[in-house]
Amino acid sequence: MSEKTILKFSDETAAIAKKIVARYPEGRHKSALIPLLHLAQAEFDGWLSVPAMDCVAEFLSIQPIEAYEVASFYSMFNLKPVGKCTLEVCRTSSCWLSGAEDVVRHIEKKLGIKEGQTTADGMFTLKTVECLGSCGTAPMLQCGGDYYENLTLEKTDNLLEALRADGKARVYTNDNPVNID
Amino acid sequence: MGKKILLANDHIEGIRFLDTYRKHGGYAALEKALKSMTPEQIVEEVKTSGLRGRGGAGFPTGMKWSFLAKPEGVPRYVVCNADESEPGTFKDRYLMERIPHLMIEGMILSSFALGAKTSYIYIRGEYFYVARIVEQAIEEAYAAGLLGKNILNSGFDLDLYVQIGAGAYICGEETALLESLEGKRGNPRIKPPFPAIAGLYGCPTVVNNVETIAAVVPIVNDGGAAYAAIGIGNSKGTKLISASGHINKPGVYEIELGVPVEEFIYSDEYCGGIRNGKKLKAVVAGGSSVPILPTELILNTAAGEPRLMSYESLADGGFATGTMLGSGGFIVMDEDTSIVKNLYTFARFYHHESCGQCSPCREGTGWMEKILHKILHGHGTLADVDLLWDIQSKIEGKTICPLGEAAAWPVAAAIRHFRKEFEDFIRNGEHVNDVKHYYRLNNLTAPIN
Repeated sequence: MSEKTILKFSDETAAIAKKIVARYPEGRHKSALIPLLHLAQAEFDGWLSVPAMDCVAEFLSIQPIEAYEVASFYSMFNLKPVGKCTLEVCRTSSCWLSGAEDVVRHIEKKLGIKEGQTTADGMFTLKTVECLGSCGTAPMLQCGGDYYENLTLEKTDNLLEALRADGKARVYTNDNPVNID
Repeated sequence: MGKKILLANDHIEGIRFLDTYRKHGGYAALEKALKSMTPEQIVEEVKTSGLRGRGGAGFPTGMKWSFLAKPEGVPRYVVCNADESEPGTFKDRYLMERIPHLMIEGMILSSFALGAKTSYIYIRGEYFYVARIVEQAIEEAYAAGLLGKNILNSGFDLDLYVQIGAGAYICGEETALLESLEGKRGNPRIKPPFPAIAGLYGCPTVVNNVETIAAVVPIVNDGGAAYAAIGIGNSKGTKLISASGHINKPGVYEIELGVPVEEFIYSDEYCGGIRNGKKLKAVVAGGSSVPILPTELILNTAAGEPRLMSYESLADGGFATGTMLGSGGFIVMDEDTSIVKNLYTFARFYHHESCGQCSPCREGTGWMEKILHKILHGHGTLADVDLLWDIQSKIEGKTICPLGEAAAWPVAAAIRHFRKEFEDFIRNGEHVNDVKHYYRLNNLTAPIN
């Protein structure tokens, strides 16, 4: 029998979480659930393990199932481990009309993985996602909190190289896009 | 040049920041309202303006505001819907990124008019960087005494917060948004009660789109009558259009309602014509859920009148020959586009985004995706086209929220106007205008279980 893993927010994250909880009226702290799940995902390796969700539930004094049922509803929450950089290529109409499938195919070839898979070195996960509101700058992909737009195959190559050189894990709370031009 | 009122200053460097925004007339409407207007007068101006909800439904904003219940001792809320997710739509992102203070000023005005002391801006999770821009702008506003206690010494208090979503199209539906804001799954509520009676935390709530909220600023500044003088018929004022697809100049354009569709597509002021000298094939005029129209019906109505960018003209002919203005997500397709393939991306989208609460939508969107997947992979039969028609007709009108209609309409319209293309695709394979389409999907899309 292995011991149950218990995760806790760092002091810094806990302070941010407390501020978020203060945005809602007395007794309505559950409203902070989605923002706190984002914080947990950023802090605990880019995905929401059961202990990560338990940490949020504990913080908000709600039942763990309340955190699980919300985490499993929203597409930005990863319920399985992902690579350091998740490449989320938009696949809906305008992007698809503008060559998004070529971008996906190119990345698949380049990284030797299929959509939904992670590279063996744990660097990249490739996903296709629904409309990201970037239809006028199609095709595009999101990595962490950053949008990379008006993609060409060349820019896509530059992006992969720049992300690899940078080496950092990218979560939605990042704010430092790499240069791909 | 058409009149611009929301994006009149979007080209000014630094307009994102409070100093520059104020230098160019920003927060004048708020000062005017707090010093010389009652909340009721603002509601009246909004009614006079004829402003209609800019998120897609087009419901008169003043009327929505006037439904708000005002029981004693119960807080009221104003929630800004910035969950922009309708495929083809990116105007709210542009507005928030460029001129966040316009939305913030609109939120303060609306909250004052409706008696809210706490208000929220619900931004889709993927717009994380946009949310950060808005949060910075809110901090600036607090520091300048435009938010918080006793705003501009008027005695009016307001706290304004950004709430971030986590990836769910359905949260653009106002009751799903409120569920999400309460920390739950985004399952739309059964109505009635409407949010105006029981919304956020069971309290009276108004939910308005970003662009609607922003439009309150010029309405207060110049008066509702001045706003109503712009536009045509019951389509008053201006509208932000997100133009994308096979055009020379994709982007966000502010139009005076009533501009001819042909002018919007071909003039250099707007889309600048079809890319690579190709011919126009079809347009989805108001976001993915509105009916697609072929060239002849988007440029002119069935009666031969020029089609205009307005609620009424786009809807002329009903769904038989017309469409809707919707969210203003204007997707243009050239002659080489495969309607079947584009429809597949829509069907996949709605299947992915169905919340699963109502069986007709949960099951029907899945079946529509499967059948289109089968057709795209060369295994379709002619009976599948009728089957698609049958399925969509059994979703429409049978669900708690309008996602059912949103999923059904694009399928119905594609078959209504392009049935022959579906049949050709099934009989002869993937060629449209000698461009081969489906083979690419083969190695991309995993089989559907």
